[in-house]
Amino acid sequence: MTDEPLIRIEHLCKQYETEAGPVPVLGDVNLVVLRSEFVAIMGPSGSGKSTFMNIVGCLDLPTSGRYFLDGRDVGTLDSDQLARLRNTVIGFVFQGFNLLPRATLVENVALPLVYAGVGRDVRERRARDLLARVGLAAYARYAPSQISGGQQQRVAIARAMIGEPKLILADEPTGNLDMKTSHEIMDVFSQLNADGITIVIVTHEPDIAGYAKRLVRFVDGRITHDGAVTRAAVAGVEA
Amino acid sequence: MLAEAWHAMGANRLRTVLTMLGMMIGVAAVIMMLAIGRGAQFMVDQSIASMGSNLFIVLSGSAMAGGVRLGSGATPTLTTGDADAIAELPTIAAVAPVAPGAAQLVTGGANWNTMVTGTTPAYLDVRDWGVAAGAAFTEADVRSQTRVALLGRTVVQNLFGDDDPVGKTIRIKGSPFTVIGVLAAKGQSLDGRDQDDTVLIPVTTAQRKVFGSQFPGSVRFIMVQAVAAAAMPAAETEMAELLRQRHHLPERTENDFDIRNLTALANAAAQTAHVMSIMLGAIASVSLLVGGIGIMNIMLVSVTERTREIGIRIAIGARQRDILMQFLLEAIIISLAGCIVGVVIGVVVAVAANLLANVAVVITGVAILLAFSVAAAVGVFFGFYPANKAARLKPIEALRYQ
Repeated sequence: MTDEPLIRIEHLCKQYETEAGPVPVLGDVNLVVLRSEFVAIMGPSGSGKSTFMNIVGCLDLPTSGRYFLDGRDVGTLDSDQLARLRNTVIGFVFQGFNLLPRATLVENVALPLVYAGVGRDVRERRARDLLARVGLAAYARYAPSQISGGQQQRVAIARAMIGEPKLILADEPTGNLDMKTSHEIMDVFSQLNADGITIVIVTHEPDIAGYAKRLVRFVDGRITHDGAVTRAAVAGVEA
Repeated sequence: MLAEAWHAMGANRLRTVLTMLGMMIGVAAVIMMLAIGRGAQFMVDQSIASMGSNLFIVLSGSAMAGGVRLGSGATPTLTTGDADAIAELPTIAAVAPVAPGAAQLVTGGANWNTMVTGTTPAYLDVRDWGVAAGAAFTEADVRSQTRVALLGRTVVQNLFGDDDPVGKTIRIKGSPFTVIGVLAAKGQSLDGRDQDDTVLIPVTTAQRKVFGSQFPGSVRFIMVQAVAAAAMPAAETEMAELLRQRHHLPERTENDFDIRNLTALANAAAQTAHVMSIMLGAIASVSLLVGGIGIMNIMLVSVTERTREIGIRIAIGARQRDILMQFLLEAIIISLAGCIVGVVIGVVVAVAANLLANVAVVITGVAILLAFSVAAAVGVFFGFYPANKAARLKPIEALRYQ
């Protein structure tokens, strides 16, 4: 089981049906991500990287091709099983933080455990532990609007962590943050990766991509680079 | 889950309360209308029960006097003999001839004008009327024209106050009568007359010693009780045949008597009250429906507003049924909370109407239970569409929603 890569994608295609006919977004993507990798995904807008992330995150299904996550063929799962996968295997971190504005920080962090059927006391304790780990123990009862963007993203990371996922997917997690805060957030990701969690991150920014150990570049729905994070690769120059 | 719903509702308090208001008004209206409808029905049922069951009243017919037709009972064609003959019919349970008249009653210091009813002991069976004190007169009293009287509750109050009248003497149109009993209280009749304002005496005594008549043995009407409701049509035909025979009426002439089916009339009244109560309930249910649509409306707005929240929840592992339950629960809580307040308002207003405006109301547990279950059903029914819409949102579109 552990020999199986965490992510194995074979001949993945995705097209959206529009009134003007089908629009291909991803064409024949093949990718294998092993456990404990730290992958950065780059590419111009419209290159299909967001669609790719949605499929990897089990939020969307491919038109054709196969996707194995943690040994399971995602294409064969029903919506409840997909929800369970999102709840236990994957942790999401979004560009816009996406915390629930009316819930306290501790409630936000504990939310995935609600859907995992964990009791209130245990939820609360683990949420507080994780808030402490991202340095926000003192803010447990605050609302998201009362803290800064960098702090909100730390809360979002704590929420992504609470289900003890194998994979963290981050879609431009530093897009709304200043440089200094961005690096603080990336340090948190690096730490998580050092603890053995696989991280896949989408970013525009070359120095954010520099935190990753592997770079995948998308252009027009295809992978044009898959390998080391070199200066040329980050800059988008074909090797 | 409950805490979640509470959170969401608290975030928009005014809107939640306004939504509940629709439900409250609907439920209050249903409770009030059912209470009033049931009250009216109860009054009618009570009056019918006080009249007696399976009843006919046989009246003397109209008469022609020099080309002028007089109304029912104008000629005294019915006699105690007719009554005795009707009593022989197999479909008849009891028969009471009635010779009534107004008379002044006088006792020691008080006097009172009332309806004096000459009849037989069977009258009490026919009217399903009991004796509260003393005893009723007997067939022997009827045969020997005894001067004995049974007083109604109202008469007792006016002549004797709180004293026990049994054994005392009263004068009816000057003749002395011994009070041998007091009738049980019966209350108002269907048309609002006080049925306790009466005195019963033997029919023969009434005919010969109180009112007198140029037609010996005649009575104003005869009350007849059939053995069962099913026997009433047969009883009516048999009575008509019997009376035509006894009155020597040739074929093709009009009856000189009228047979009226009182039970049919009473049932019609009961039917009317029942239909009215259903109609009131139906009208009130419309407001419940409107309240339900209000809930659906607000839930749809809420789902749209919280599209992004739904997307987040789905992304972190909520199943479709988790989202469905969350919104359904909210709709049910709103409708049940509205229902509880509505029941309280409805009951308070109904009781107030009873106390202030003297409207008869009957509040039944069934009505309240009905209101609750309807409210819960409305919550589920009108909450389901928005909740289902939320549950079926595509996660990527929901997350992209601004």
